[in-house]
Amino acid sequence: MLLDVRPLTNTMPSNVTIERLDQLKDVPGEVTLPFFILSVLTILGAAAALTLRNLVHCVLALMLAFVGLAGLYLHLDAQFIGFAQILVYIGAVAILIVFAILLTRGGESPSQSIVSPSWAISSVVSVIVFGVLAWTIRSSATTRHSIPPQPEVTVKQIGDALMSRFALPLEVIGLLLTAALVGAVTIAMQDKQEMK
Amino acid sequence: MTETLDQIFVTLNHWLVAHLPVQTQPIFAAILSVVSIIVVFASLFAMTTILERKGLGRFQNRYGPNRVGPYGLLQPLADGLKSLTKEDIVPRSADKVVHLLAPLVLVVAAFLGYAVLPIGRNMVAVNLDAGVLYFFAAGSIVELSIFMAGWSSRNKYSLLGAMRAIAQMISYEIPLILSAIAVIMTVGSLSAVAIVEAQAAYTGIWPHWFVFTPWGFAGFVLFMIAGTAESNRSPFDLPEGESEIIAGYYIEYSGFKFALFFLGEYIGMFAISGMAITLFLGGWSAPFPFLSWIPSYLWFFAKLFALIAMFIWVRSTLPRLRMDQLMSFAWKFMLPMALLNLVNVAVWRFLPSGLSRWLVCAVLVIVPYILLGRGLVQSKKLEKRVYRFAD
Amino acid sequence: MTTPLASYLLVSALLFSIGLAGALTRRNAILVLVGIELMLNAANLNFIAFWRYGPNPEALTGIMFAIFAIGVAAAEAAVGLALIISIYRHYKTTNLDQIDSMRG
Repeated sequence: MLLDVRPLTNTMPSNVTIERLDQLKDVPGEVTLPFFILSVLTILGAAAALTLRNLVHCVLALMLAFVGLAGLYLHLDAQFIGFAQILVYIGAVAILIVFAILLTRGGESPSQSIVSPSWAISSVVSVIVFGVLAWTIRSSATTRHSIPPQPEVTVKQIGDALMSRFALPLEVIGLLLTAALVGAVTIAMQDKQEMK
Repeated sequence: MTETLDQIFVTLNHWLVAHLPVQTQPIFAAILSVVSIIVVFASLFAMTTILERKGLGRFQNRYGPNRVGPYGLLQPLADGLKSLTKEDIVPRSADKVVHLLAPLVLVVAAFLGYAVLPIGRNMVAVNLDAGVLYFFAAGSIVELSIFMAGWSSRNKYSLLGAMRAIAQMISYEIPLILSAIAVIMTVGSLSAVAIVEAQAAYTGIWPHWFVFTPWGFAGFVLFMIAGTAESNRSPFDLPEGESEIIAGYYIEYSGFKFALFFLGEYIGMFAISGMAITLFLGGWSAPFPFLSWIPSYLWFFAKLFALIAMFIWVRSTLPRLRMDQLMSFAWKFMLPMALLNLVNVAVWRFLPSGLSRWLVCAVLVIVPYILLGRGLVQSKKLEKRVYRFAD
Repeated sequence: MTTPLASYLLVSALLFSIGLAGALTRRNAILVLVGIELMLNAANLNFIAFWRYGPNPEALTGIMFAIFAIGVAAAEAAVGLALIISIYRHYKTTNLDQIDSMRG
């Protein structure tokens, strides 16, 4: 039993139909103010990251979106993931992207159009994807269960789990990161022939 | 009596907050602790500027500033007035929004680290379960603000200084975190309060601080060196040295924004010192049990002053490291030492306590230090210099 | 009162579709990577939301998956950016519309 996956038991009766869409007032809980602010911040940051002209502004807006996401993780009582998100994404991935922008001369504002010629179809596709996902969420019965109490999870438990049940994925990700490190250095290294 | 003196700020906090309506009490308690942290550490910053200038002056056989008050002690006032009234020049082609935001992000990120430092018994702003991880996450936001400062000035030297500073900071972040992990492995928790409480015991008159163990001493030295590099202080201040690159990434900043950068850097230095005190020097606990009548927060600030004095001493003594020397020091010396320190902690834990444990762990620190040090020096063959002329 | 699960899932779906739109429409190769990172983060948010509101949070499965997803995303960003730099050295541009021939 390496991966202890238990199926989400559906306590709703099996004749759930689309008519339950109009009973959304059964959804427990209400949108709190911190959640609202954090999600607006995240979505605005993500939208800005993909619509601004200047690449460095895009990266900074992306970091704002990641900060908002870290706040959402903290709102969900996942402390370790929230701080790890900030440490990894803002402390490392942002720096990587910024270095890549500067090494590929992306610092100046682009003179031509910033979107590819097929931008209309792509936007329609992504709107359709969002529509399907939102429809699935609204009509799903799993989102209407009652809210369980706050889980008491300490970092010690995460460490114990990483060393016992999840030891194999831990070793595999160590190998993966080593391979990525060696691969990135090899790919980005300048060839000795090119330099001469 | 010592109990009340020790907990005087906690009782003051409770008494002040009790006057307010019940629903708003958590928010006001939090605001009170935040305001007190900002006030205390900003005035510590003001004190440190004059301490540093006079200290540096004395090391260099001259007086420091001595005009403004008795012995020059009101100099921070003069400095603050100067930086507030200077004209705020922004280059015409600079990116105005990012140029404005960079010092703000730096100061906010630097102050965020204080939320988990236990300054006295029961005197921590937030007792987070993943406190040490939060501290390092707040420290990693500083790198992004340095990039913002360097890039938004649209100045080649500024950008070059920012890139060097970022490369230095991410290189030294790894030994910093690895040497902290040695302590976390021993205590078994990421909470700063738990780490301090694990060091607050005594055997005889000797405290259980981690710096008095072989791996703790090596970890403390590694942490302080990496912390010096993280806060861009001499001898690691090539990216911002005045004689090298004309102040690097804050060339184009003047007036109050420059003062904010200065403030952010020193606050970062105090935060790293505070974390070193928490991890290795026993936090707020007294060195000997017969001295524990002195309040805990006074011990914290005494240790903080000692570490600040050490920073100033190192600044005035050692020459600046060149960029390649800096990077090879981080990756070839400090990273292997930090990894060996982790092995050392494991060996310490699984050996029975006694003299053998001390000997084995001390050997595990000293032998790699000598081997790595000798090995790295000898790998550079000193040969006759070849000059390349401009024709 | 805590927020309902559906709100988190809606935010995650919105982030995913914004990332998808960006990855499909922008011309610069680096911004495609930014879009991919956003999509990975949206999936992470989904995992953590289901971990919190699910029946067995003590199993820590959601957190573990999110930790490994963060690690994999960082590795993939590193390799992707190295590729972009290498391609830039050859084609002297990062505009995806101009990097369209298999012949060097």
